[in-house]
Amino acid sequence: MAALRQIAFYGKGGIGKSTTSQNTLAALVEMGQKILIVGCDPKADSTRLILNAKAQDTVLHLAAEHGSVEDLELEDVLKVGYKGIKCVESGGPEPGVGCAGRGVITSINFLEENGAYDDVDYVSYDVLGDVVCGGFAMPIRENKAQEIYIVMSGEMMALYAANNISRGILKYANTGGVRLGGLICNSRQTDRELDLAEALAKRINTKLIHFVPRDNIVQHAELRKQTVIQYAPDSKQADEYRQLATKIHENGGKGTIPTPISMEELEDMLLAYGIMKTDEQMIAELAAKEAARQAAVPA
Amino acid sequence: MSDSYENDGKAHEQYITEVLAQYPEKFAKRRKKHLSVAKAADVEPDAPVGEEGPLLTECEVKSNIKSIPGVMTIRGCAYAGSKGVVWGPVKDMVHISHGPVGCGQYSWSQRRNYYVGTTGIDAFGTMQITSDFQEKDIVFGGDKKLDKVIDEIEVMFPLNGGMSVQSECPIGLIGDDIEAVSRRKGKEIGKTIVPVRCEGFRGVSQSLGHHIANDAIRDWVLDKSAEAEWEAGPYDVNIVGDYNIGGDAWASRRLLEEMGLRICGNWSGDATLAEMERAPKAKLNLIHCYRSMNYICRHMEEKYGIPWMEYNFFGPSQIAASLRKIAKHFGPEIEAKAEEVIAKYKPLVDSILEKYGPRLKGKKVMLYVGGLRPRHVMTAYEDLGMEIAGTGYEFAHNDDYQRTGHYAKPGTLIYDDVTGYELEKFVEKIRPDLVGSGIKEKYPVQKMGIPFRQMHSWDYSGPYHGYDGFAIFARDMDLAINNPVWDLFDAPWTDGGELLAAAE
Repeated sequence: MAALRQIAFYGKGGIGKSTTSQNTLAALVEMGQKILIVGCDPKADSTRLILNAKAQDTVLHLAAEHGSVEDLELEDVLKVGYKGIKCVESGGPEPGVGCAGRGVITSINFLEENGAYDDVDYVSYDVLGDVVCGGFAMPIRENKAQEIYIVMSGEMMALYAANNISRGILKYANTGGVRLGGLICNSRQTDRELDLAEALAKRINTKLIHFVPRDNIVQHAELRKQTVIQYAPDSKQADEYRQLATKIHENGGKGTIPTPISMEELEDMLLAYGIMKTDEQMIAELAAKEAARQAAVPA
Repeated sequence: MSDSYENDGKAHEQYITEVLAQYPEKFAKRRKKHLSVAKAADVEPDAPVGEEGPLLTECEVKSNIKSIPGVMTIRGCAYAGSKGVVWGPVKDMVHISHGPVGCGQYSWSQRRNYYVGTTGIDAFGTMQITSDFQEKDIVFGGDKKLDKVIDEIEVMFPLNGGMSVQSECPIGLIGDDIEAVSRRKGKEIGKTIVPVRCEGFRGVSQSLGHHIANDAIRDWVLDKSAEAEWEAGPYDVNIVGDYNIGGDAWASRRLLEEMGLRICGNWSGDATLAEMERAPKAKLNLIHCYRSMNYICRHMEEKYGIPWMEYNFFGPSQIAASLRKIAKHFGPEIEAKAEEVIAKYKPLVDSILEKYGPRLKGKKVMLYVGGLRPRHVMTAYEDLGMEIAGTGYEFAHNDDYQRTGHYAKPGTLIYDDVTGYELEKFVEKIRPDLVGSGIKEKYPVQKMGIPFRQMHSWDYSGPYHGYDGFAIFARDMDLAINNPVWDLFDAPWTDGGELLAAAE
């Protein structure tokens, strides 16, 4: 058996991380890989498409019920889904209370100590939004994920987040050996999206692993709590995810240390690609809009 | 009463230079600002003398700045300042150490803040009660647990007068809403529950914890003063900032009562919540530990128009001066009584001085303590004919060093937030006859062959306040300094005597 590969998906909230990762992992399992998914989002929706069911029992909720994680058995929290993919959700507190970051640390330690990582080829972490605190950086840290894949799109905030996450990776790159595997552009069909994704990848010293086009079939599958791979295995979109899975599989050990750029540099880039407007442009536009409104008012 | 003396300022300056020379340049530059030698104050000979007495020296150094890790600072944290100092001694309240078990466990038993009451029934001072956070409380928040802890306390200790929630670090990190829980549970059980945001990581020392604790009293206790059952009298005073360590506050209130005043409340040694609630009905706030409780005095002055006055009950000179100063506020009748009190204790004072004066005269002392003591106890030593060679504060602010100028003689070595290295070197170079500091300093100093007294806890003795306290203070210092053990310090075979001959 090849050495265990640990990968993680990061990216701005709502970008399609969970959808992309689950579709990709479903494609990977077709390739004969044994997979464990660790959902690190308090919403616990990282394994829904694989399990064809709504959120499962999470590590933290069960631990709270039983007293502590020491009282848990792996079987209590490990569920098996599509083609044998093992799924665990870390879970966490309701919004506004407690410390979800600490929860991620607790769960991952529990899983490691209890042998959840034995007998699998891949461990995949799906982590919420931005790297807001040390807890959510857990998969990036020592001996956890070796490659990070950032899911992004051509929108401004998604690019900000991608750059921020690569900062987090850089911080631990030298101490723990984590690398940036690449960017996955989950198309939103914005202007010059592919160009921009490639440009950003180049600037932060990585590559665009795959450009996933937009296709409504993803929504159709998702409404049925399925991946496209499962729902429409012969579709064009399913092939896209298979391509992505192949690329990730072949990308082992080829990750890079990112070179995140400064806020100014990022903004310059966004200006150059017309994603962002200068203050002058915005003021001019606002003035023009107001003038037009004035003109529309009958004298 | 004390002989006037001067320290060797030149030598002390040299010691500072020598100590700083051992540091890396950047650190030396930083520490230099915290070390100084008291310089004779530049005041006109006939300048009017303020309430605190004449200004003798300038002692200002930089203070209240973050300590550097690794220097063995003896500072505490904000939780220590609130739970350990201000709130902990309020005896009829249950103080919940809210968070993981360690903070409460290692501050168990308080600081020897004596109290009258039955522990576990109507007094809780020496108990450690904690919400004992587990991992799940961190992840899911601890508010539910706090709710439950309050219910349990109410069942187990129905005679509690109220509760306080002393926040440990994680509470601030995970953002628990302890105010909402306190308000709701307080209503539910019909008692005062005070949330205190004294997370240990706040501020540079325990000093911020004092301030936060004072603010909690302001916001959660004093607003109930209108309902307090207390028929105000013309001679009502509050003792503020006396924590009754070894019975200090009892020795103090006796004197005030003898001169005709009535103690409305004692903060916070041997205190009840009710005493604190009714405090705004007093006519005067008498503040002993200025550092830890000046905030609430200023607030009461502003909001209730109650004046406040600093006083010092260490040693007969300061006691007499303070009694007169306090009496003056209340007029001739009380002033006459104050004189009676001073006269009444004069024979006791004389006998103490007669007995211990000759044994202690000229002995040099170095101090390093917290709060008010680095200046307040100086005169007590001087009353015994002793001399203060150096003094310093753990967590003072600039106003403390200003006040020190009314006590310190020229040439006194001043050290703020002293490092383990600095204090050891200063002691080595000055070789005083006594060092007064804390438990961490005690054994290194004694191993250097120098007598030592713990001046945080009175070395398990006390009280040291008031005339009664002075008798104990003098005895304790004599015990330390004139202990025959110090004559046995040199190995018997090194003096060239019998044993050496036998060995050869």
